[in-house]
Amino acid sequence: MDMTLSPQHLEFRDELVTWIAAAMPPEMKRRADAGAEFGPEDGMAWQKILYEKGWAAPAWPVECGGTGWDVTQRHIFTEELMRANAPQLSPFGLGMVGPLLVQYGSEEQKQRFLPKILSGDEIWCQGYSEPNAGSDLASLQLRAEKDGDDYILNGQKTWTTYAQYADWIFILCRTGSEGKKQEGISFLLVDIRNTPGITVKPFLTTGGTYAFSETWFENARVPQSNRVGPEDGGWSMAKALLGHERTLIGGVAESLRWLQFAKRIARDTPVGTGRLLDDSGFRRRIARAEMRLRAITMAQNRTLAAAQLGRAPGAESSILKLVGTELLQQATELCMDAMGHDALGWLDSPPEALPEHERSVASQWNYLRAATIYGGSNEIQRNVISKDILGLPTR
Amino acid sequence: MNFDLSEEQQMIVDSVAKFVANDSPVERFRKLRDSERGWDPEVWKRMGEFGWLGVAYPEEQGGFGGDFVDLALILEQLGKGLVPEPLLPSVVLAGGLISRLGTEAQVKAFLEPMVEGETSLALAYAERQSRYCLSDCLTTAEREDGSDLFTLNGEKTWVLNGAFADQIVVVARTEGQPQDERGLSLFIVDGNAARLTRTVVRGMDGHRTGLLNFDGVQVSADRLLGAQGEALSHLEWAMDRGAAAACAEGQGQIQELFDHSVAYLKERKQFGVPIGSFQALQHRAADMFAEVELCKSTMILAAILVDSEDPEERMAEISAAKLQLSDGGWFVQKNAIQLLGGIGVTDEQDEGLLFKRLRVLQGLFGDADHHVERFQTREGFDAHLRVP
Repeated sequence: MDMTLSPQHLEFRDELVTWIAAAMPPEMKRRADAGAEFGPEDGMAWQKILYEKGWAAPAWPVECGGTGWDVTQRHIFTEELMRANAPQLSPFGLGMVGPLLVQYGSEEQKQRFLPKILSGDEIWCQGYSEPNAGSDLASLQLRAEKDGDDYILNGQKTWTTYAQYADWIFILCRTGSEGKKQEGISFLLVDIRNTPGITVKPFLTTGGTYAFSETWFENARVPQSNRVGPEDGGWSMAKALLGHERTLIGGVAESLRWLQFAKRIARDTPVGTGRLLDDSGFRRRIARAEMRLRAITMAQNRTLAAAQLGRAPGAESSILKLVGTELLQQATELCMDAMGHDALGWLDSPPEALPEHERSVASQWNYLRAATIYGGSNEIQRNVISKDILGLPTR
Repeated sequence: MNFDLSEEQQMIVDSVAKFVANDSPVERFRKLRDSERGWDPEVWKRMGEFGWLGVAYPEEQGGFGGDFVDLALILEQLGKGLVPEPLLPSVVLAGGLISRLGTEAQVKAFLEPMVEGETSLALAYAERQSRYCLSDCLTTAEREDGSDLFTLNGEKTWVLNGAFADQIVVVARTEGQPQDERGLSLFIVDGNAARLTRTVVRGMDGHRTGLLNFDGVQVSADRLLGAQGEALSHLEWAMDRGAAAACAEGQGQIQELFDHSVAYLKERKQFGVPIGSFQALQHRAADMFAEVELCKSTMILAAILVDSEDPEERMAEISAAKLQLSDGGWFVQKNAIQLLGGIGVTDEQDEGLLFKRLRVLQGLFGDADHHVERFQTREGFDAHLRVP
């Protein structure tokens, strides 16, 4: 058994660290170093820079614009971006519909969509959930009726993350009503900006940002050529895509970043004649979370090592979303606790009242409550583990 | 990174698993726990013949030149069957220290016979007041000027295999005050030495420990192990190996408890259906599974890093693993008993025996609080403020 990164991987890491620091524009770098939170616009700007370098979608096949890096290199890349507090890229195109098109898209679809996903010229969002289809996703009702070469869409999607920034949306819709409810679903690509009959209404989250939208479709016309996979075969598309999504949200690198934040805040927070980071009670709380992160990181490394050898992820991979998102939330809770009275502040608190790096902590602490809900709630993950892995009986 | 077993490692695992299934299922431990010493010297001898006792020692010491991972894999399999022979005290603790620090003569006299299964060893480090503080040692070893003999006085508690070991590595203070970091020395004391009183103490897990009283025990200078007064860092090293070994053996019990629980959820019927069809219990099982996988991950991590040249990283990862054994393991074991219902608290079921052994391993070599404290007081805890 071997725990260590190869010399090539270590060298790769060093090169990345240097490149990232040099590639950020000065104001972005200043904010990253100050620990500021970035918004979607920052992510788009950063994607352009990565795209110029050829690094926007490392995991894609080389012929589609990927890097050809192995899984370990890709992991190092993710980790170092997080360490540098670089803006995060929108995952819906690069991490979700892109890989799905690579796998199941027609040649025309690949050529039409992949280059602009890569360059960031077209931003995507996800239309899965509906008001009455959350965890029970297959009960979705948005109708797609055939009309000539088109589908006519009627219905509503919700929790469409950052739909107001998006040019395109991928949706699951109902094309058939025969058989099991999973069987009549199709997967469509929809131009959310230019299709008449689509209304996007962002709503305010507890995090104080308009992270999600409600999206209405009223006689919206979409060409059938925008369907990915066979008609009524969308459920298997959705499942393939969820696999991509869950590997994205284990959040090990993100938890590491938040734990470092917690330490930094504790270091800069005076208590009596010392600092909060001198307080052994608080240190132990951070220590426990860090030790848990080491355990989760090792479980992730086992998954990575198996993937590096070309094997399917083992049982350990199924727990990563579950335990990873719980730790991520805990890490933001530590940041809030470290802030003391500063945790009363909000996104618009002036810098003389609340330091820049603390300004969005409360917002993120709120927003990341969603981490155990999105991508299949953690209760759904437990269902999946108990049925698919442990083989416990259904009723 | 690669966490696959090598061909040799897979062979070791297979042969130990076969031994447990055929020759040492929990039934054997059940009988032995009422015997005088709690384990069987004949089986110990066979383990020596199999080569299991020397797997991690260098060839020039009569070993097989393997690494700690090989040993951990053996302990994990033995843990599943609650095999009671004293590998932890003999091979990991005392044997590890003799292999690391012993002179050629000491290795020949004390390590090699143990590797062959002829003798067994123990390490006496704990005292009534010491808790997990290794330097808190009141036992003294004094040597009069010009004498070839050290005289040991003091008491050692909860010495694993201490009541029956042929040789006991004893921690004693040769200089300084209690809790001084310098001044600790190791002595290899004959188990039958004059003025050494050994009281057999039967543990919750059915293993025997020794309460040892040293009332002027004389030990010749050639039984001093390692440099006089410099034992502490070696003891810390040994305790980390003990912790990694506890994680490995404990993994065997955690996996068994979990597998038994899942099997029971499928087979036990109430309200006309298998109880495993109830979501409350399914989700409990899923959470247990997560902890089992994290325990497995940290157990591998600890076994690999116990020989790390970077003591800072070694201690951090071992502490993380030991915390997972304690907290994650406890979550699995307490819920295993809960899922089994009333039969989980009967002595005739194996689960209760696995449960008790696991709790003993959790409390050895530093409990959860001890390791959290060690993790946060190390230098690297503050140094890791790299970003941003």
